[in-house]
Amino acid sequence: MVRIQEEKINVQEILDSVIVPEAGGVDVFIGTTRNHSQGKNVLALSYEAYVPMALELMRGIEKELHQRWNIHKVSIVHRIGDVPVTEASVVIAVSADHRAEAFAACRYAIDTLKKDVPIWKKEHFENGEIWAENAESKFAVNQSRIIKTSAEEKKNGLLD
Amino acid sequence: MKICVKFFASAREAVGESDVTVDLHENATANDVLDFFSSRFEAMKQIRPYVRVAVNQSYVLNEHVLNDGDEVAIIPPVSGG
Repeated sequence: MVRIQEEKINVQEILDSVIVPEAGGVDVFIGTTRNHSQGKNVLALSYEAYVPMALELMRGIEKELHQRWNIHKVSIVHRIGDVPVTEASVVIAVSADHRAEAFAACRYAIDTLKKDVPIWKKEHFENGEIWAENAESKFAVNQSRIIKTSAEEKKNGLLD
Repeated sequence: MKICVKFFASAREAVGESDVTVDLHENATANDVLDFFSSRFEAMKQIRPYVRVAVNQSYVLNEHVLNDGDEVAIIPPVSGG
């Protein structure tokens, strides 16, 4: 199951959605909003998404998880709008026969989501606000530039 | 040709709108869209090195050639999770 919602995430519901009799374990990642960022107090957080593309990429992650690991079910739910400090902004649950695959797949899902899925968090401080930027995402921008550079160099005969 | 451009987060604040339709020449690329807005909005020029472009909801390289009616999105570094 893949979903973007404004309502508070019910973690138990996401857990229940991946439980099947064949599964021997479920790994759950819960991303919660914290009250500090770069040494400053965060008063409030709000998320926005490019919803259709975000859902498409989240479905892509779900599919990729099934291709790469022997798992049963995956649920990825992200919340948008205002998310009070301490509440869950994202919940990912993966069920598998054995824990190693559930852990690995769940970790891959959150890492990929943070890198690519078009969702943004605005952090509101006492004196100002900023759009947060995931380190993985900035790396991805640089990486696409590196791919481009190699393609150009290849075209110019600089690389084999 | 008509291209619908969507802006999110810092990019939306840079241009002051979330949806803009622009008229571009045939064979215009994602890069041309970035040029168009960077030359008009200083804040867009500032963040340009850090944005990715999506066309019809898939990431593309800046050389990607656009077609009439494409939906282009300017994606600043994401911060989901």
